Amino acid sequence: MSTDTQKSWLTPFNVIVGVILLVGGFITILRFTKGLAGVTNLTDNNPWGIWISFDLLCGVALAAGGFTTSAACYIFGLKRFHSAVRPAILTAFLGYSLVVFALHYDVGRPWRLPYPFFVQSGTTSVLFEVGLCVFLYLITLFVEWVPSALEWLGFKKPRNVIIRMTLALTIFGVVLSTMHQSSLGALYLIAPSKLHPLWYSMFLPLFFFVSAIAAGLSMVIFEGTLSHHYLHDKMDKVYLSEHEGVTFGFAKGAAVVLVVYFFIKIVGITLDNNWQYLFTGYGAWFLFELLGFVALPAFLYALAVREHNATLVRWAAVLTVLGIILNRFNVSLVAFNWQLPPAERYFPSWMEIAVSVFIVTVGLLVFRFIATRMPIFYEHPAFKEHVPHEGEEEEAPEFVEHELKPHPQTLGH
Amino acid sequence: MKRRTFLGLLGAGGAACVLGQSAHAAGPKEFPGYPGSFGVLFDATRCIGCRRCEAGCNQVNGLPAPPEPFDDLSVLDRKRRTNAKTYTIVNRYDNIPGAGGPVFRKNQCQHCLEPACASSCFVRAFTKTPQGAVTWDGSVCVGCRYCMIACPFDIPTFEYWEPLTPRIMKCTMCWPQITTGKLTVPGCVGACPVEALVYGKRSDLLKIARGRMAAFPGRYLDHIYGEREMGGTNWLYISGVPFKDIGLREDLGTTAAPQLTSGALATVPIIATAWPALLVGIYAIHRRMDKISHEEQVQAVTRAVAQAQEEAAAKLAKAKADAEADKKAAIAREVKKALEEAAKAQTEEDK
Repeated sequence: MSTDTQKSWLTPFNVIVGVILLVGGFITILRFTKGLAGVTNLTDNNPWGIWISFDLLCGVALAAGGFTTSAACYIFGLKRFHSAVRPAILTAFLGYSLVVFALHYDVGRPWRLPYPFFVQSGTTSVLFEVGLCVFLYLITLFVEWVPSALEWLGFKKPRNVIIRMTLALTIFGVVLSTMHQSSLGALYLIAPSKLHPLWYSMFLPLFFFVSAIAAGLSMVIFEGTLSHHYLHDKMDKVYLSEHEGVTFGFAKGAAVVLVVYFFIKIVGITLDNNWQYLFTGYGAWFLFELLGFVALPAFLYALAVREHNATLVRWAAVLTVLGIILNRFNVSLVAFNWQLPPAERYFPSWMEIAVSVFIVTVGLLVFRFIATRMPIFYEHPAFKEHVPHEGEEEEAPEFVEHELKPHPQTLGH
Repeated sequence: MKRRTFLGLLGAGGAACVLGQSAHAAGPKEFPGYPGSFGVLFDATRCIGCRRCEAGCNQVNGLPAPPEPFDDLSVLDRKRRTNAKTYTIVNRYDNIPGAGGPVFRKNQCQHCLEPACASSCFVRAFTKTPQGAVTWDGSVCVGCRYCMIACPFDIPTFEYWEPLTPRIMKCTMCWPQITTGKLTVPGCVGACPVEALVYGKRSDLLKIARGRMAAFPGRYLDHIYGEREMGGTNWLYISGVPFKDIGLREDLGTTAAPQLTSGALATVPIIATAWPALLVGIYAIHRRMDKISHEEQVQAVTRAVAQAQEEAAAKLAKAKADAEADKKAAIAREVKKALEEAAKAQTEEDK
């Protein structure tokens, strides 16, 4: 046993993860002893860096798979996406948890993060709305996720109570997501003098919301691909049989959403009559984003659905996810403070990047820890809702074994 | 506090007409500033760039001593901004066409009538006092720095080097010192040797500014910067050269910052009320469609079964009838046969 563990400990994966965690821990100490100046390149002109651009803006957008998938399944009646709900909810719950975790690095006095809700509320602030919705949605996601843990632990009664609240929770989640996904864009409405006109629009909230749906759908596809690769043995027949339907169904949805997004972006340019900016350097960058990371993935998604090409769907998903990241970086960093001279612009320090990598790594580890133990990719045999399709056999018993057997690659086990 | 409530109501009130309208469009309501509020008028034609205002500010606010002493004018060779240890700075602007020499301009918080920082703060750490100053309350600040994003004049600064207790630092127009009677005018105004700064009621300052324009034709541009910029500010500027040449942006517009986000915030209650109904509606439609399709299925099956049964019954009846007929025929045949046989026997007996 000991030699066996020794061997599995020294995998390249564990070494890389170990280094990332060590570096992350080191920078955490620096941040809380030397202040933000000790680890970031933030200045008075550039108060928000990649901890906001990536950890907050991208983190929330990419966690949109939770509300899109549960809405598709429970509200829009697309029941064949049912097996995709739990992985998406888990991804979203972890995503939002990490967003809040990351904010503890960024804000000056992290223990005061609950102040807006419990001490003094600034209701005229868009950030108040973002904070309140993220706070409430994090609780919602926790409640939506908790049945997996309760099934794992064998608590039948509380689990059944929560399952009965599914529709209400889903609706609450969609309402909160609509609000805060769009409000993240609305954060920048107050600074028209700092954001480049091509990215500033009164429709920023709508742009953020619509693109978050595309991001959510694409992340479900992307995350499904990764999980298939690394957690295949945890998946039951229902998950595997529905997986193709989910991939192509979501691809179809993403294609439509991206096309809508493309056209409302054009509408935004038209209403503000910003066409002349397209012929500047920023215009080229804007077109690069819009054509390369919105129009192209929309086309690829549509093509992939038509040709029934799952590989192409996955590439389109990767491109869409990169496009959302690019967009959030453009709004919050590249096109923000565009009028400042180059010397006063912001570029992240390596430690800021390392903290973001550290946080994503923590997320991956927790995801794997949960997905290898709790019924995420399979239905717990004791809590089956799915009537097996015709010709399918009950495969419950073999999963009892998985449940108890720790994954060989799991760190710390 | 009341003012914030007012701003909130303003946002909500503007809600109905904002959807689908330009965010820049001013609402029907306007806040002209607290009557009798105080401000400062800066005259760029008088400022000599001596940095005494910086020294005065530093002293009355108890700020740390800067690396270069205040009589070192070489710092004017580079463009500076306010920071967490300096509430105000003076910059020199060279080579402005038609200026005939360098022009100096002092920078500090403009004390907006409707401040972006106050509207953007999610713990209401900023207060627009009725006396005109915009102040900050460190007891609730989370350190999110959204005020710094929101401020169009890049004024709030942050103590980045503080690990756990960083503060937002900015000019207070010496409000704490003036309300407690320690000062009668802000530190910078008191230190100015050439009266480039005048402290007074904003309404009076506007009159003074216009008076100077009238008294010295051709000396000033016909524009009081801050009268309308970003909805108006308590700090006002007059100058003989374009304001954009002395570091004051002329593209900020006249919309007060809270109006820029009021429309988006107004959609919140709309979504909160309309979305659940819409979503439950969609869900209910799906349930209903499922139910109808199920009912139709049941009906179709029932109909098919009934039809099959009918057909089977008819077949059975026909078969039964046939059988009956057969039986009758057979009986008749048998009877006939028996009768014939009986008759035959009778005939034979008779013989």
